[in-house]
Parts: sequence; structure tokens; C-alpha cells
Amino acid sequence: MNWRKKTEEVVAREIMRFSTYSLILILVFIIAVIFVKGFSSLTPDMVLKTPQGGFYYGGEGGVLNAIVGSIYIACGATLIAIILGIPAALYINVSLTRYKRLKNIIRFFLDALWGIPSIVYGAFGFTLMLLMGMNASLLAGIIVVALLITPIMVRTFDEILSTIPRGLHEASLALGSTRTEMAYRVLFKQGFSGFITAVLLAFGRGIGDAASVLFTAGYTDLIPTALDEPAATLPLAIFFQLSSPIPEVRERAFAAAAILTIIILIISLAARYLSARYSKTNLR
Amino acid sequence: MRAGRIIIDRASGFWMILSLALILLMPVIMGMGLFLKSVPIWEQNSPWQLIFGSDWSPTRGNFGFWPFIASSLYVTILSFVLSVPVCFFAALYLTQYASERLIRMTYPAIDILAGLPSVIYGVWGILVVVPFISKVISPFFGSNSSGYSIAAGGVVLAIMCIPYILNMLIEVFKTVPSGMKEASLSLGASYWESVKHVVVRKSFAGIVSAFGLGLAKAFGETIAVMMVVGNHIQVTVNPLEAGYPLPALIANNYGEMLSIPMYDAALMFAALLLLAIILIINLIFRYLIYKTHIE
Repeated sequence: MNWRKKTEEVVAREIMRFSTYSLILILVFIIAVIFVKGFSSLTPDMVLKTPQGGFYYGGEGGVLNAIVGSIYIACGATLIAIILGIPAALYINVSLTRYKRLKNIIRFFLDALWGIPSIVYGAFGFTLMLLMGMNASLLAGIIVVALLITPIMVRTFDEILSTIPRGLHEASLALGSTRTEMAYRVLFKQGFSGFITAVLLAFGRGIGDAASVLFTAGYTDLIPTALDEPAATLPLAIFFQLSSPIPEVRERAFAAAAILTIIILIISLAARYLSARYSKTNLR
Repeated sequence: MRAGRIIIDRASGFWMILSLALILLMPVIMGMGLFLKSVPIWEQNSPWQLIFGSDWSPTRGNFGFWPFIASSLYVTILSFVLSVPVCFFAALYLTQYASERLIRMTYPAIDILAGLPSVIYGVWGILVVVPFISKVISPFFGSNSSGYSIAAGGVVLAIMCIPYILNMLIEVFKTVPSGMKEASLSLGASYWESVKHVVVRKSFAGIVSAFGLGLAKAFGETIAVMMVVGNHIQVTVNPLEAGYPLPALIANNYGEMLSIPMYDAALMFAALLLLAIILIINLIFRYLIYKTHIE
């Protein structure tokens, strides 16, 4: 090996190694900054109280309204996405197994759907709301977030279902089950780890998305008690408080950011743990 | 008993088809909705005028989107330039060189980065990137910047896009059969040469697609960019000045859009434009990926 070849080899490898380690550094850096900044103003009041009088001028209170609102919206949206998305994903893998071309085209469109930015969903949701004469409300927020996360759920679940061997389909059909029974009793069970991953991924996306609920869910200091009331969300709470000129309010935005980050980290870890746990019981 | 099972089968089969059809029809319905809402503005202005006009004064009925489109393009291209080398080299390293241990460490990191909400990236941008630009970068160039600038938007966006592009690149590089690389190694090429001439060349279409999809993702990103970019309407070439990307325009003005005539149509036109651009980019590059998978 000549000298130039060797240098190039070493230089290229070092650049690549540096890029890879910088990924981990970036993650650690982001999380460290959010936590260090957020924990200094994170008090029990932040998570246990709704905004009190003068909250937006630095008064008492917390962001419980936003935490609960976000969880409501994410749960509702995830539920709708499960009802719509899981049968769709199963259909691709049960009834379309023989139509390879069609299956690929559907996946191709689902992937493209995944790429549509949430602000477009938000704007569309807003026109839909006006059309139906609704106000900004919990229900509108749930519907828009559901539209946003359904393609994600379908594709994630489908990804796991497509790895299930053909023999399992055939074995279950040979035992006399209908397609539906095969779908829900065999494929769903075998792909249960994928289902968990898909649900948690979609939930995480739903809880963290700001642009889609900006138009549709509204914002309020109260915890919503009905579907037609507006609901605050955590990302928007962060966003609005951060645009305030008052330092105490900005500090609280950082604390809210830390709360959101913790929620997302928990979801991510849970997804990892649960999917590993449930894939152990799979037939092989 | 038998009849019951068949009825359940039929009903559930019907629901499966219906839900799949609903999901697949969604972009069409969305496009139609936004189009119908933006019709009033089409009737008064030509698309050319809307896209390349730079006079934005909604109260007087002038809607020129060029400052916003230019800002969007600028931020997107900046983020692209920053994120592409990192993604490219990291993906190569992770698929061709890295040890099991490093992979076990890195993949969760990528997953978490991908899962962090954009508002968190925005907060990070305000805490780190904005002060860095106003206190270090801009004095260095002898200019005065508040830090809320196109450059800040580009940096934040670049970091947001890294996990997205990286995941796709890893998928692409994984599909190259290791036999091809081994053939090249056995002919006397060094490891890097094999990677460069075999792995990269073989997956060229995939690489281009991953980058293209990253561009589309960056173009539509809203909250994080809006938090750090300054939101000031102007066309500028200086990255240290503020910009006002298209998604930020929609997000910032929904409150007042119903009080000014034509404003809502203009914003829906902006949303339609975003949808169209991103959907077209997505379809083109996804098709490219789809084609290479078939071969």
C-alpha cells in the first residue's frame, strides 16, 4: 500500500469516527442544556398547579393545564389512530400479500404522507373546523393530531408485520381460521412488539407536536372537562411563555421544556423496553 | 356459529379496507380543502405574481410570497449544507466500520434525537445557538446581530434533520450486499477505497433520495425555526439577519387572518404551496428509493 492510499484511509476513517461520536455529543449537549436550565426553576408547583392570577407576569402557578391537555390530546389521537391504523396495517399484510406491486405502491404513498409537515395538517384542520362550525377545542385538536400520527402508526406497525413469515399465515388458514381471525389472533399477537412501538412512537409525536394544535386546540388556563372546550398543550405553553419579555416567565418555559423532555425520554425508553420484552414471546 | 364468524370476518374486512382507503385519500382531501379555501386569491392574482411578488401588505391586498419563500429556501439550504456531511460520514461509519458496542450506543441516541419535539430544539436554539451567534459569530464578522437569524434557523434545522436523514442513509447502506465489498477488497483495494467506489456508488440513488427527503422535511419544519429565525419580512443574503420562512408565516398569523379580507385565502395558499412542494419532492425521491429496491 502506498503512502497516499494509507493517509486517505486514515483521514477518512477519522472523519467518519468524528461524525459518529458527534451525534452522541449533540444529544448529550441538548439534553444537558435543557435539564440544567429547566431544573433550576422546576418546582413541584410547576407540575401540580394550573396558572393562578398573574401567572403570565411571573405570578404563582404551574403548567398542569398544559400537561393534562397534552396528555388528553395525545391519548385521544392515539386511540383514533389505533382504530384506523391497525386494521389498515393488517389489511396490507393479510389481504394484499399476493399483490406485491399494489402493496409497494400503498407503502410508497404512506411514506410520502409521513413527510407532510404538521403545519399543513394544522392549516387543513383549521379549514375543516371552520367548515363544520367548530371552535378551537380538545376534539378538533384530537382529530388533527390523529390525522398526523395515523400514517406513522400504520407504517411502523406494517414494518414489523411484513417480517412475519408466510408460513404462519398459511398454518393459521390451514387450521380453518378466517382472515380476520388470522389477522387479529395470529398476526397481531406475533407483531405485538411492533404494535407497542407504533403506539408509543405515535403517542410521542402527538404529545410533542406544536404546529398542528396551534390552530385547532386553542389555549386556556383551565383543565378541559369536555371535548368542546379549548385545551392547552405543553409545546405551546413552552412556546408562548418563551416569547414573554419577563424573565420569570421565560424561566418557567425552560422548566416546562424539561418536563416535556422527561415525558419524551420515558416514552422512548418504555418503547425500547416493552418491544424487547414482547418480542421474546414470539413464535419463531 | 359459522355464520357469526363469517359476518365478523366480512365486517372487519370492510373496516380494514375503509380505513386504509381513508388514510390514502387524506392527502387528496387535504389538497382539495386547501385549494378550495385559497381560490379567492387565485382569482385576483396570477400564481406567478403570488410566488415571485415581494410586496407583502395584506391590509392593502398585496400578497407577494417571495420574501417568505426565499427565507425558507435559504434556511433549508443552509441546514442541508450543515447536516449532509455529518449524516453521510456517520452513516458510513455505522454501517461499515463501527463495533457492536458503538452501534448499541448510537442507535438509541439517534432514536431519541428523532423523537425530541421540535419545540425542544427551539428552546435549545434560543439557549445556545442564538447567544453564540450574537456574541461570538457576529462580532467576529464585525456585524451586529441579535442572534435571531437565518443562520440560527439553519443550525437548529440541521440538527433536527440529522436523525431523519441518517436513518434513511443507514437503511440504504445496509442494502448493499457485503459480497460486492469483499470482491473489491480481494482485488487489492483498501477498505476505504472499497467503501468509496463500491458501497457509495452502488447506493448513489438512495443517497440522493435520503438527502432530498431531508430537504423536504427541513422545508416544512415550523416551530423550531420560527423560534430562532427572527420573523422579519425581508429578502437578504446575509445569514446573520432575520428571515421569515413560509411555515412561520402561517403559524404566526392564524389569529388575525379572519379579520383582514383575503388574508385567510393567502395563508391557505401558503399551506397549499408547502403541501404541494413537499409532496412532490417526497413522491419523486420515494419513487427513486422504490425503484432501487425493486432492482
